[in-house]
Amino acid sequence: MEGGALMGAATRLLAALLAVPAMAFGAELVKLDRAPIDETDLISLQRGARTFVNYCLNCHSAGYMRYGRLQDLGLNEAQIRDNLIFTEAKIGDLMRVAMDPKEGKEWFGVAPPDLSVIARSNASPAGSGADWLYTYMRSFYRDSTRPMGWNNAVFPNVGMPHVLYQLQGEQALTTAERATWGGRKEKVQRLVVEKPGSMTPPEYDRMVADLVNFLVYVGEPAKRSRIALGIYVLMFLGGLFVLAYALKKEYWKDVH
Amino acid sequence: MAATEKRPVTGAGPFNGVLTWVDRRFPLMQLWREHLAEYYAPKNFNFWYYFGSLALLVLVLQIVTGIFLTMHYKPDAAQAFASVEYIMRDVPGGWLIRYMHSTGASAFFVVIYLHMFRGLMYGSYRQPRELIWIFGMLIYLTMMAEAFFGYLLPWGQMSYWGAQVIVNLFDAIPLIGPDLALWIRGDYVVSDATLNRFFSLHVIAIPLVLLGLVAAHIMALHEVGSNNPDGVEIKNVKDPVTGHPVDGIPFHPYYTVKDTLGVVVFLIVFCTIMFFMPEFGGYFLEYNNFIPADPLKTPTHIAPVWYFTPYYSILRAITEDFMWVLAAALIAYAGLLLTATRNALTRAAIGAVTAVLLAGFFTIDPKVWGVILMGAAVMIFFGLPWLDRSPVKSIRYKGALTKSALALFVVAFVVLGYFGTQPVTTAGTVLSQIFTLVYFAFFLLMPWYSRMEQVKPEPARVAWKGAH
Repeated sequence: MEGGALMGAATRLLAALLAVPAMAFGAELVKLDRAPIDETDLISLQRGARTFVNYCLNCHSAGYMRYGRLQDLGLNEAQIRDNLIFTEAKIGDLMRVAMDPKEGKEWFGVAPPDLSVIARSNASPAGSGADWLYTYMRSFYRDSTRPMGWNNAVFPNVGMPHVLYQLQGEQALTTAERATWGGRKEKVQRLVVEKPGSMTPPEYDRMVADLVNFLVYVGEPAKRSRIALGIYVLMFLGGLFVLAYALKKEYWKDVH
Repeated sequence: MAATEKRPVTGAGPFNGVLTWVDRRFPLMQLWREHLAEYYAPKNFNFWYYFGSLALLVLVLQIVTGIFLTMHYKPDAAQAFASVEYIMRDVPGGWLIRYMHSTGASAFFVVIYLHMFRGLMYGSYRQPRELIWIFGMLIYLTMMAEAFFGYLLPWGQMSYWGAQVIVNLFDAIPLIGPDLALWIRGDYVVSDATLNRFFSLHVIAIPLVLLGLVAAHIMALHEVGSNNPDGVEIKNVKDPVTGHPVDGIPFHPYYTVKDTLGVVVFLIVFCTIMFFMPEFGGYFLEYNNFIPADPLKTPTHIAPVWYFTPYYSILRAITEDFMWVLAAALIAYAGLLLTATRNALTRAAIGAVTAVLLAGFFTIDPKVWGVILMGAAVMIFFGLPWLDRSPVKSIRYKGALTKSALALFVVAFVVLGYFGTQPVTTAGTVLSQIFTLVYFAFFLLMPWYSRMEQVKPEPARVAWKGAH
């Protein structure tokens, strides 16, 4: 075996191992911002879908989701085909990605995960999966020690570079000292925009919120029908309760 | 009875003919009478008596939804996770069936725990109902196996690592452990082979056992008759004319209509959770289980599903330092046992067992004792009929000692359950250790506290506010 290939394999293995603890600790350290999303807002979901296919779907798949299902967002098949499918995919196909996971692992240290249920898996006692994603997508900062030149306050040492930096601009992580109540000094870390991007911070936050809204939808496309059906079922059970209660009372009149 | 001696079926209108035809060839009317129309149940059942019929309902729900899930699920490590998402998205109504099954699993344990608590309160395990209790406990063990095997199937991170942790417990057994764990997994790690066999056990082997045990549980119940909140035998006072218990009422129609009401209320709670919060804050569907199983990435915090966490806490509570406390508790308990018997042979046996256990405490890995105590925590329920020496059955007539012991036991079960869901902390471990002792003390000291306390006299008849 050639020495170079062996070294390459060892480096990749090391990168993969280092990525594990980083991911595991990420969720607990940072206070998560509440994601300002409205799951019934179809326009927001459509904007989120557009951002998703333009920026995310190059590396990340949503491999359990079919393009055709996006009709839930108030789009027809032609609109989906013209605006959201950039590949040879058919309308009934899954939202897969062309990138080979092995190559992804080589480039980023870890293969970019599938995003179908990413909003569900990132929920924790600290906040919903949406909160996590919303904070994460706004917490990239410049870090020259990282291979890609980017780091993330929510997910330290993440393999993913800041894909949206042209929109958000470049942030830096600054450490300031602040006097606390007892007169002691405390270190506070803050993200500050150093080079503005093409969007203002409120515009960028809105775009991320739309994207997160879309990812929440993709996590469970049946959610809307679940809640709608649930209301009818409970109304039915409410009526059945009245009948069952009356029946029980009628029969039990005889029990002395 | 020869078929010709049977009287024709009456009272079924246009169906009299066909039912008579069946009844001459099958004990239809006999079954109907013995188990429904003329099965006399005490009239004073309260809230706690709904959970038996509800357990049966959830069992049926799990079997029916399970059958439909099996039609689309793929027990293959490469496809399992995706097939569950396929059910959630592409199978019409699939999400509903899947949520019914996942919510049903937790609901089954909620209902069974309340059903068992009812038994603890009213002494339903006491003579002559020891076998009903034993069959019930076997059902509980079988359910735990069913839940454990089923939880691997979605093939998420928690499925995978939960199974890995539990199977590795068998690894700790001296001598045969490693081979046993290998035999269970069918591989050196949890893998496709494990998934396939767990699927087989989950969908056919265990459910068959479960159904047989449920039949035995109900047959034993109908043989001796139901207990009630007063713990008095309704068969002791019978109507001289009809021969039926005076405080009994036919199961059908009285309890069929009452249990129907219970079913509706249960379904309201069940559907509220299933339709509006199917993950139930990460307790019914753990968030980490939405990440596909990855044998190379161990999650930092592995917690079993909530219904196993009291036992998981006991497992984690057994540390090296705690062995000293256990040793002290064992010596004290052996002393207590010695005061209770004069028989020289029994006393020698108590001494010998204590010595062997003490030696074991400090020579065998505490992890092994954790596994043993976790197992003992479940198995000790079997002993209840013989541990309870109270002259009365129901908590209504027992004394303050039993009432406090039961309350403490419930607190211990809940606290242990809570810490089992949390990452290990020092405070959590100390509290788990204290409540592990409380848990076992509830059972092991019962022969003493149930006998020494002042009890109230049992009434001859059940208490019934409607009685004239």
